[in-house]
Amino acid sequence: MAEYTPDYVGTVTKYVFVESPSMTPGELALRAYEASEGVLIKETCFGLQVTGEPESVDRLIEEIRSFDPTHIFVKDRGFPPGDPRRCRANLGGARPGYLGHEREFRLLRYITRGLEELDRREGDEAEPAPPARGKRPLLDIKRLQELIDTEES
Amino acid sequence: MAKVFIYPATSLILSDLVARFGHKPLGAALGIRERIQTGGVDSPPLQITPEEPKRGLKYAAVEVPSGVRGRMAIYGPLIEEAEAAIIVTEADLAFGCMGCARTDELILFSLRQSGIPILELEYPTNEEEGIRFVAAVKKFLAGLPDGGEA
Repeated sequence: MAEYTPDYVGTVTKYVFVESPSMTPGELALRAYEASEGVLIKETCFGLQVTGEPESVDRLIEEIRSFDPTHIFVKDRGFPPGDPRRCRANLGGARPGYLGHEREFRLLRYITRGLEELDRREGDEAEPAPPARGKRPLLDIKRLQELIDTEES
Repeated sequence: MAKVFIYPATSLILSDLVARFGHKPLGAALGIRERIQTGGVDSPPLQITPEEPKRGLKYAAVEVPSGVRGRMAIYGPLIEEAEAAIIVTEADLAFGCMGCARTDELILFSLRQSGIPILELEYPTNEEEGIRFVAAVKKFLAGLPDGGEA
């Protein structure tokens, strides 16, 4: 085992996802570079990764969110950009976590709708009731057999 | 600002909403980052060392496979730190090998045993559910200590 010397000690990395009809990831990156003030920015197909001192990143994230508040979403990332253990350039395929992002990215439009609607309703209307947690229908045994047959053929 | 554990621990939606409404999301990234930024002996693909399953003993019995204990070494301290939790049940992205699946069960069990306020939801499947989802999260977070800022 080799000695491990970590990079970017003391920094934080955050993903910025943009799912907007009026702003592309490229445009977001250009505007983010203007406000970056020393924060490392990596443009991706879905938005950005930003890395830097926690205070600088928080300041930049606040600025970025203001570009399109209901269409820009942010989460923490453990690895810094380009880390050979996660970078797909080294792995030769989608990096771990990609499928989770893809799944949630499809739901972002519903969250956007929720944020917009709550902003609109603020104060003058009652909040909607929390979602009922209904029981999901179980998988029918015939359907299961069809799936197994399809896989085997 | 309350510390809110999110499940699935890698959720973008929960992480964003918790931070957006003025609280601190506790997810997998925080535990991973701590290990990534700590020097020591390299053990690919993560900075997981033989020490982790021992630390995991605090959260799972010795008979529990080391994969689960190793993962609990990441999640356990975050659960201890949490002042509230938001759980998305039936999340189809929260799957994985047996180690991940059993760890997920242990995380949910630990959260429910801890006595902290918990909001349980399902992911929205249409716009109406999206509105209710965001409203429920907002209301829950506003009721936490130092909550209420949007």
